[in-house]
Amino acid sequence: MTESLTASRPVEYAEHTLRYFTIAAIFWGIVGMTMGVYIAAELAFPALNLGLEWTSFGRLRPVHTSAVIFAFGGNVLFATSFYCAQRTCRARVWGGEAALKFLFWGYQLFILMAASGYVMGITQGKEYAEPEWYADLWLTIVWVTYVAVFIGTLVKRTEPHIYVANWFFLGFMVTVAILHLGNNINVPVSYFGWKSYTVVSGVQSAMVQWWYGHNAVGFFLTAGFLGIMYYFVPKQAERPVYSYRLSIVHFWSLIFMYIWAGPHHLHYTSLPDWSQTLGMTFSVMLWMPSWGGMFNGIMTLSGAWDKLRTDPIVRFLVTSIAFYGMSTFEGPMMAVKPVNALSHYTDWTVGHVHSGALGWVAFVSFGALYHMVPKLWFRKQLYSLRLVSLHFWVATLGVTLYICAMWVSGIMQGLMWRDYDSLGFLQYSFVETVAAMHPFYVIRMCGGMLFVAGILIMAYNVYRTIKGDIRIEKPYVTAPAGAIAAIG
Amino acid sequence: MARETFHHKIEKNVLLMLVLALITVSIGGMVQILPLFTIESTVEKVDGMRPYSPLELAGWNIYVREGCYLCHSQQIRPFRDEVERYGHYSLAAESMYDHPFQWGSKRTGPDLARVGGKYSNEWHTAHLVNPRAVVPESVMPTYGWMKNRPLKFDDVQDHFKTLRLVGTPYTPEMIANAKADLLAQKNPEADTSGLLKRYPKAVVANFTGEAGVTEMDALIAYLQMLGTLVNFTDVKPEQLRQ
Repeated sequence: MTESLTASRPVEYAEHTLRYFTIAAIFWGIVGMTMGVYIAAELAFPALNLGLEWTSFGRLRPVHTSAVIFAFGGNVLFATSFYCAQRTCRARVWGGEAALKFLFWGYQLFILMAASGYVMGITQGKEYAEPEWYADLWLTIVWVTYVAVFIGTLVKRTEPHIYVANWFFLGFMVTVAILHLGNNINVPVSYFGWKSYTVVSGVQSAMVQWWYGHNAVGFFLTAGFLGIMYYFVPKQAERPVYSYRLSIVHFWSLIFMYIWAGPHHLHYTSLPDWSQTLGMTFSVMLWMPSWGGMFNGIMTLSGAWDKLRTDPIVRFLVTSIAFYGMSTFEGPMMAVKPVNALSHYTDWTVGHVHSGALGWVAFVSFGALYHMVPKLWFRKQLYSLRLVSLHFWVATLGVTLYICAMWVSGIMQGLMWRDYDSLGFLQYSFVETVAAMHPFYVIRMCGGMLFVAGILIMAYNVYRTIKGDIRIEKPYVTAPAGAIAAIG
Repeated sequence: MARETFHHKIEKNVLLMLVLALITVSIGGMVQILPLFTIESTVEKVDGMRPYSPLELAGWNIYVREGCYLCHSQQIRPFRDEVERYGHYSLAAESMYDHPFQWGSKRTGPDLARVGGKYSNEWHTAHLVNPRAVVPESVMPTYGWMKNRPLKFDDVQDHFKTLRLVGTPYTPEMIANAKADLLAQKNPEADTSGLLKRYPKAVVANFTGEAGVTEMDALIAYLQMLGTLVNFTDVKPEQLRQ
């Protein structure tokens, strides 16, 4: 008996700390998304800023973005990358639980250092790179350890090939290291004060910042989560990845082209035209590898499409890929200069980011977490698949309300800014366009509330699963073989 | 089949994959970033730009600290409606002393690149204390707490020295006079000839009417400077070609 068990599972995976990452991901997800709802409410009802310095929109907005991207997204990536790497390499994490524990506590400490700073007004003033130099130094140590432990695990592998998901995880983490170092070259004003100045200034700092900013999206929120897609979609659907060759093309073309897209955040600014044109061109080209990847992910369901009906986890994963496809079409379109002339500075951009962040990143994370939780805690199954389905519908409704509200308000505001009356004067004062946003800010807030409700349902479901409970509910049944044969 | 064989090699060698990935992701950034430091026309040569006065710099730091850039841009695009609404389109030279740039990416509120001189100091004070008192539809937070909070400026010379280290042309004279200049800019009674020689066009006023230099004084001094430094009547089109 013992012998056969050893034979079937020759490697003792280091997975205990992955439970911490999983719980932290859900915790920070709730914190970050709730913070998002709060600042959305501040824009609809400014009295909610409370007149206090710590609760003003300007200070809380980085708390929201960092909590969802780096705290929620980061913990998901730590958990899934090591879960996937160990199983696809058939090797224990290099450094074992001790290395994972250092990464876990080190990363949570970074999150706390960053967030506590924002509330007190400690910020570099660069979007998605707000943490000051002391937090950046600490993150550098943690991140270099992450890369080393991950590569060490790949080196230890007993499988001859490195699995495709690990290419994406590797590409994500080394590029994020380069971006982090490149965009945070600062000189502190004093050794014991928090304040520092960025070495580059003006137009050069704009280019460096959006090289960083766009690729925080491209590598942190895309390449990393594509690693999740390449492991968890085939596992949950029990089908192999659709095309190995497409995976190769997808990986190399995606990481090559993404880096060039940064200047589309700076269209029509004082950044020189040649740079803007390069940014636009590569952004449009990027559409192709993105859709190649989407195709590869969705077609992995070939022969298992019935699972969309019977497995709500598959539903999360497939819908996330559909949102990925939509966002990666919308993005290149918005990077075309005449479209950008309308969309830039408006809520359309905010809506676009959220269709990617909620629809793609959060959905694929939910799918992966639901897949992992029973395995990490050695439970037979989740507490309730019906609750997963409820989470899915509540969250989908939330995203839909959010992005539709932002489409309408963004395009409307862009059009109002450039509207002229019959005598050739500007039709609207700026503040008239602010007033016109109000109903859409309320709708957006409601969409966000639904999304938070969804992750709370998830937290409950995960809690009961960890307790070992199984809900008595109507099971999802696969259509009997005879029925399929009859249709066929 | 040849290509697949090569990729098999990559898939079996972590180091090879790592090196190739590093090369692949480095190319775009290098092509786009490095020339911005070497092509001289990237930042236009226009007259009037100068480093920020000590009080303006303190205001800039409050602007950054409060995350103003999250709702206000400082970058006017060359479109008819923007130029009519806000003024001449922004030049790269106008943000050359911002470490980092404050162009922003969202206009929940209006662009501020040329807000200097458009409103009175009293208006700015009333607006920051309660935006809805002067603009009823505004969704901006209130900053009343900033009005009488004393500005900390003991380390203003350290700030100047740090900025000098990263390329801002603060002279030893500017550094030596930093504290006196900061106090003088808030005091209309003071001798401001030195201040105005070092920082032409700096707005001197008791911005908030409060005694002592407060954080809101600094912020308004910064806002009143925005977009006023370059004299556009002297600028020739060929100077602006990037």
